[in-house]
Amino acid sequence: MTDTGWRGVAEVDAIEAAERDAAAAIRFTGGSGQLLRELLRPYKRALKLLVLIVLVENIARLSIPYLVKEGIDTGIPPIIADDNLRPLFVIVGIVLVATLTQALARQLFLVRSGHIGQDMLFEVRRRVFRHFQVLSPAFHDSYTSGRVISRQTSDVDAIYEMLETGFDGLVTAALTLVGTAGLLLFLDVKLGLVALLCGPFLFWITNWFRKESGKSYRVTREKVALVIVHFVESMGGIRAVQAFRREPRNQEILDDVNEQYRAANLVAFRLVAWFMPGIRLIGNVTIAVVLLYGGYRAYHGEVTVGVLAAFLLYLRQFFEPMMEISQFYNTFQSASAALDKLAGVLREEPSVPEPEQPTHLDHARGELRFDGVRFSYVDGRPVLPGLDLTVPAGQTLALVGTTGAGKTTLAKLATRFYDPDGGRILLDGLDLRDLTSDNLREAVVMVTQENYLFSGTISDNIRFGRPDASQEDVERATRALGAHDFIMALPEGYDTHVANRGGRLSAGQRQLVAFARAFLADPAVLILDEATSSLDIPSERLVQQALRTVLAGRTALIIAHRLSTVEIADRVIVMEHGRIIEDGAPADLVAGGEGRFSDLHEAWLDSLA
Amino acid sequence: MTATPDSDALEGPPAGVHSLWRLRHYLRPHRGALAVMLGTALAGVGVAIAIPLVTKALIDGPITERDLGPVLPLGLIALALGVLEAVLVFWRRWVQSSAVLAMETEMRRDLYAHLQVLPMGFHSQWQSGQLLSRATTDLSAIRRFAGFGLLFLVINILQVTLVTGVLLHMYWPLGLVVAAAAAPIVWLSTRFEKAYVVVSRRVQDEQGDLATLAEEGAVGIRVIKSFGRSEHVSRQYERAAQQLHETSMDKVRLSAKFWTFLEVIPNLAVVVVLLLGAIGVGTGRLTPGELVAFITLMLSLVWPVASLGFILAMAQEAMTAAARILEIFDTEPDIVSGAQVIERPRGHLRFEHVDFAFPDAPDEPVLRDVNLDLQPGETVALVGATGSGKTILTALVPRLYDVTGGRITIDGVDVRDLELGHLRTLVATAFEEPTLFSMSARENLTLGRADASDADIDEALDIAQAGFARDLPWGLETRIGEQGMALSGGQRQRLALARAVLAQPTVLVLDDTLSALDVHTEKLVEEALRRVLGSTTGLVVAHRASTVLLADKVALIEGGTITHVGGHSELLATVPAYRELLAAEADHEAAHEGARS
Repeated sequence: MTDTGWRGVAEVDAIEAAERDAAAAIRFTGGSGQLLRELLRPYKRALKLLVLIVLVENIARLSIPYLVKEGIDTGIPPIIADDNLRPLFVIVGIVLVATLTQALARQLFLVRSGHIGQDMLFEVRRRVFRHFQVLSPAFHDSYTSGRVISRQTSDVDAIYEMLETGFDGLVTAALTLVGTAGLLLFLDVKLGLVALLCGPFLFWITNWFRKESGKSYRVTREKVALVIVHFVESMGGIRAVQAFRREPRNQEILDDVNEQYRAANLVAFRLVAWFMPGIRLIGNVTIAVVLLYGGYRAYHGEVTVGVLAAFLLYLRQFFEPMMEISQFYNTFQSASAALDKLAGVLREEPSVPEPEQPTHLDHARGELRFDGVRFSYVDGRPVLPGLDLTVPAGQTLALVGTTGAGKTTLAKLATRFYDPDGGRILLDGLDLRDLTSDNLREAVVMVTQENYLFSGTISDNIRFGRPDASQEDVERATRALGAHDFIMALPEGYDTHVANRGGRLSAGQRQLVAFARAFLADPAVLILDEATSSLDIPSERLVQQALRTVLAGRTALIIAHRLSTVEIADRVIVMEHGRIIEDGAPADLVAGGEGRFSDLHEAWLDSLA
Repeated sequence: MTATPDSDALEGPPAGVHSLWRLRHYLRPHRGALAVMLGTALAGVGVAIAIPLVTKALIDGPITERDLGPVLPLGLIALALGVLEAVLVFWRRWVQSSAVLAMETEMRRDLYAHLQVLPMGFHSQWQSGQLLSRATTDLSAIRRFAGFGLLFLVINILQVTLVTGVLLHMYWPLGLVVAAAAAPIVWLSTRFEKAYVVVSRRVQDEQGDLATLAEEGAVGIRVIKSFGRSEHVSRQYERAAQQLHETSMDKVRLSAKFWTFLEVIPNLAVVVVLLLGAIGVGTGRLTPGELVAFITLMLSLVWPVASLGFILAMAQEAMTAAARILEIFDTEPDIVSGAQVIERPRGHLRFEHVDFAFPDAPDEPVLRDVNLDLQPGETVALVGATGSGKTILTALVPRLYDVTGGRITIDGVDVRDLELGHLRTLVATAFEEPTLFSMSARENLTLGRADASDADIDEALDIAQAGFARDLPWGLETRIGEQGMALSGGQRQRLALARAVLAQPTVLVLDDTLSALDVHTEKLVEEALRRVLGSTTGLVVAHRASTVLLADKVALIEGGTITHVGGHSELLATVPAYRELLAAEADHEAAHEGARS
C-alpha cells in the first residue's frame, strides 16, 4: 500500500518543501556562501599554507611513477654496460626522498586541515546554539523543537562530513587528475593523447552519476526520515499503541515506509552498480589501448619500457579518484543545503530584541503596568485590542476567563516572550524593552503547565533558576511545597536522576519540582499559568498554603481555571476577548451575585459538590 | 526481563561472531545472490592478476624479442580481460544491492514487529532513541558487512595470498620484500582499527551528549527563557562541544598517522623493489617485463592489504550491532496472549488480591492486595494521593503491565487467559497525558477502531467536546502531533477522550482525563460522559469531586491498596483521609456558605 492519507495535511509540508528546494541548490549561494566565508576568515593564512602543503605532497606523490620510469630507463643500462650502480642509487635515493616528503606533507596536511575543520565546526555549533537561545519563543513555536534539533545535529554533521572526508578527497582527486594528465603528455605526447581519449567518457559518466545520485540521495533522505518518525513515535507512544491495538496498522505503515526506503536505496545502490564498473571499464579499456599502442610504439623504439611502465602506474592513479569526486558531490550538496539552513537561522532576528542601551533594574519592587497594550498572533485578529492594567507591587492578581480570552497572552507579554504590537508594559515604571533579558528574568519568572525537567538530578533541576542555592535553600523550597517527602522517597532522594524528560515522576510530581524551581529563583514577579492543574487536591492545597507565604511581598499573576487558586488572590480580573470585564476583590465580585465571576464561582462550587 | 539499556556504550554487550551467526537466517533467502557475489568476486581476482601478466608478456615478447606478431592478440586479451572485469563488478554489485537491501528491510520489519509486542515494562526502560539507533545505524552496519565486508574479507585474503605466491614465483627475493612489507601493514591496520574504534565510539558518545544538550535547549527553551538561563546552558553546550572538538582531534591525528604510514610502507617497498629489481634486470636475473608486472602487481596489493584493517573493524562493528539487535530479539515479551474470547461481554471487572511491583524494583510493591469489584455497567472512581498507584492500577486492566500477584478478571475470566487483542478491544483507556501521533486527526481518533464511520466520529467528538477538531485548517485530515498542528493540553485531552469513547469498549478507563479542561468544558464533557458510562463499566481516576460524581461508588486508594469503598458523601462523612483528599478547604466551604447566604 502506498496510501499516505494517514499522515494528514500540515503547514510544515510547505516549509519542508522549501527546505527541499534549498537542498537542490548546488552552490554555496547567498547565505551559505557568506557564512562559509565568515567561518573561513580567521584561517586565511593557514589555508594558504595548506594549499602549499598539498601542492608539495602531490608533486612528491606524482613523481614516484616517473622516477620508476627513470630507474628502468636510465638506471638499468649502466648496470648492463659496466656494472655501474651509481645512476640507479641516485634515482632510488630521490624516490626515497620523494616518499618521505610526501608522507611528511600528508601528515601535516591532515592534521592542519582537521584542526581548521574542527575549529569551524565548533564555531558553527556555538553560534547556532547561542542564536537559538536568543531567538524568541514565538520563533520556537512555529519552528518546532524537532527542526531546532536537526539543525544542530544532522546539519552540523553534514558539514562535518564535508570537512572530514570531502575536502581532502576533492583536493587530492583534482590535483591527481590534472597532474597525471600533464605528466602523461609530458612523458609521451602521442601515447598521452591516446590515454586521455578516455576523458570525455569519464566526464560524461561522472556527470550522469552526479546528477542521478544527487536526486536519489534526496529521495533516500526523505524516505529514511519517514521511517525514523514513524519508528520513534510508535515507540514513544507505545502505551497508546498497545492499549488501542494499533500494532497491525502500525506494522502496515512501517512496512510501507520501510519498503519505500528500500526502493529508494535500491535506486541509489544500482546507480553505483552502473557507475563503478563503468569507470573500471573505461580505465581497463584505456589501459588495453595504451598497451596496444604503446607496445606497437615500443616495438618501433619510439617509447621505452620505462615510459610504458610509468603510463600503466599513472593510469591506475588516474581512475582512482573518480569515485571520490562523484561521492564528494553528495557530501558537498548536503553540506551546502545544511549551511544554507543554518545561515537562514542565523539571519533570523529575535522578535524580542535585546535593548541597545539597557537600563538596569536593581531589586525590582514588582509593579507591573500594561499601558494600552495591543497584541495579535495573526494580523487582523487581535487577542488584546488595547489593555490597561496596573498591578501594584506585592499584589496577587488572579486572571479568570474562558479559553482564548487572552490570559496566557498577557502572561507571555509580561515575561517578554512576545512584545506588544502597540502600547507598553512597564516593570517599576521601566519599559520591559529597555531591560536586558537576564535582568528581566531575575525579576519575572513564569511557571506553566509545561513543566520541562532537564536531564540531571532533582536537585539540579530545582537549582536551575539559582545555581548557587544551598541544599538547605532547596529543601526549604520543597518543604514549603510539600514536595520534600516524595523526593526523599525516591531511590536517591535529591540526587535521583530524572531520566528522559521526567522519567517515572508523575505529572503532579514534575509540577511540584517546577514550582520549587520557581520559588527558589525568588523573583519579584511570579506568574503561574495553569500551574496547579495537574496536582491533586492535597498537593494543590499544600502549594496554595506555600503560595500564601511565598507570594507575600511579591507580585503575582495567577491564571487558573480552578477557582480554588483564586482564593488566595487579593484581586481578580475576568477577561473576555482580550478585555477586562470585571475587576475587584474576589469577595466583592462574588458578593455582587450578578457578574461573570460570580457565575463561575457558582459553577465551581457546584463542581466541588 | 533481563535486558537493560546500555547506558555505557563504551562497554557495550559482548560482541562475537556468534551474534552475527545467529542472524544468518536473514541471509538464507539470498543464498543464490551470495554465491553469485562470491563467484564474480573470485573471478575478478583472477582477472586482476591476469592483466599485469599480459603486460609482462607484451613487454618481454614484442618489445624485447622484436616480434610484432603477438602485440595485437595480447592487446586484445588485455582488452577482453578488462571488459570482463567490469562486467563482473557490475554483476556482483547489481545482485548485491537487491539482496542486502532486502535483508536489511526484513530485519527492520521484524525488529519493529518484535518491539511492538514487547510490553510497557520493557519500553519504560528504553528510550526510543536507543531503539531507533538499532533500527537504523546497527542494521546498516550489518548490511554493510554482509554485502561488502564479509565478501572482501575472503577475497582480499585470497588475493594477497595468490599475488604474493605469483610474485615469489616470478623472482623470490623481491617476493620476500613484498611479503615482508605486507606484515607491518596488517599489523598496523589491526592495531589502528582497535584504537580507531575506541576513539570513534568516544566521538559518537560525545556527539550524543551534545545532541541531548541541543534537544534540551530546544524543548526546554521556555523554561530556560523564564529563568534567564540561556547563558548557563550555552556554556554547558560549549563545554561539551569543546570536549568533542578535542576528541575529534585525537581521531584526526590518529587517522592522519595511519594513512600516512599506509602510503609510506608500499612506497618504501617500491623503493626496495626498484633497487633490487633494476639490479636483477641488469644482471639478467629478471626481464624488464617482469619488473613492470612486478611493480604493478605489488601496487595492486596495497588496497587489499590496507583494507583488511577496516574490514576487520567493519566486522567488529557488525558483530556489536548484531549483539545489540539480539538484545531486543532475545527479550521475550513477558505479556503473552491467552486464548479465550468472551462471546458476550457484560463487563464485570474484578480485582482479586492484586499485587504489583516494577520489574526493576521487585522489593518495593506499588500495589498490595487490591480488591475491587465493578458490576457490569457500574462506574467506580479511584481516588488517592499523587503516587498512590492509581495510574498503574488502571494500566493493569488492558495488561500494559501484568500483575505480580493475585488476578484481574473480566466476566470471571482472568485477563491473562484472554486473547490479548480481544482484551484490549474490551478495555479502552483515555490517558492523562494523551499521546497524539504525527498523523491526521482522523487517524488519531480511530486508533482503536479503524472502521469507525463519520457518524461515530462525530458522536465521539461531541461527547468529548472536541468539536474543534472539525474546525482545524484541513478538518479531520489536519496533521496533529509533534510534526503537525500544535494543540493545547485541554484539546489533546479531549481528543484522547474521544478516541477512547469511539472505541466503544465494554470497560472504559479514564485516567484523570479532564485535568486540563476549564470548568465550563469539563461540565459539558461530564454530562455527555454520564450517558456513555450509563451502559459501560467505568474505572475513573479522579482528583476532583466533580469527576467523582460521574461514578456510582468511590474506591479510596492509599499506599498502594484500597482502604475504603463507598458512596462519595458516605466517605466524605466517615473517612478523614478521603475528606483530606477531596473536600474543598474549610475556607472554600466558608466561601460557599457566604455565597449561598
